[in-house]
Amino acid sequence: MTLTFFWIFGVIAMGSALLCITRRNPVVCALWLVVTLFALAAMYVMLDAQFIAALQVLVYAGAIMVLFLFVIMLLNLGRPGPTDIKGPVGLLLAAVLAGTLLFQLRVLGGAQALPPSAIQLPPGSLAALQARQGIVGAVAGPLFETYLVPFEIASVLLLAAIVGAVVLAKRKL
Amino acid sequence: MLLSPALEISAVLFTLGVAGVLLRRNTIVIFMCVELMLNAVNLTFVALAQPLGIGGQVFVFFVMAVAAAEAAVGLAIILAVYRHKQSVSLQNMNLLKD
Repeated sequence: MTLTFFWIFGVIAMGSALLCITRRNPVVCALWLVVTLFALAAMYVMLDAQFIAALQVLVYAGAIMVLFLFVIMLLNLGRPGPTDIKGPVGLLLAAVLAGTLLFQLRVLGGAQALPPSAIQLPPGSLAALQARQGIVGAVAGPLFETYLVPFEIASVLLLAAIVGAVVLAKRKL
Repeated sequence: MLLSPALEISAVLFTLGVAGVLLRRNTIVIFMCVELMLNAVNLTFVALAQPLGIGGQVFVFFVMAVAAAEAAVGLAIILAVYRHKQSVSLQNMNLLKD
């Protein structure tokens, strides 16, 4: 049952991603990408990552895509350009390169590349951890203990991004 | 067990992102395709967090932080380029070519 729904949302995600890269109108592209992000959030729920799913909807589908749509509408790019998608040569090149990459990824992600059963946790241990510590607490614990230094570095990165965005977008300092 | 389907879907999504970057000329759409690739990697992290521990879900946080920073700076760069060229098409960004 879960597997069926997982594949349904997976097909939704892949189909809307395909529509996202083939539609000419940038606004339509952005909206199809939002559909992909929502389908991914549903898949996260089925993978025992409910908090990540909520963050996906809030941060990605909410904040980041609004930023994209804001810039598209600010620059008045809502109309599709005549040369937005490359011609037959570009299409062929993209198809060949992407096909090669998909083949390589499928070989890398094949059955022999799955984690060995010796290092795998017993099934249901993640759900048990979440039942013990809470869905948010299970993620917050390692975030503020094991990964405390990366967390602080991420705050510096975000500060640098804020300053950089203001400096780049401002007409005259 | 949802690991194998998740890895399959993630591989396809990443490939679609790469194809979009190669196929499109609109800079903003190319940025959206980069976001698609980041999301495919996020799906892999979340799927592998199930058998290998919660660390994968923590990493998704950092990927989201980097994606947000990248989107903010990238769109600011696009705005700055648009002010000079009046266009966001990659065809018009050829200063280094000539």
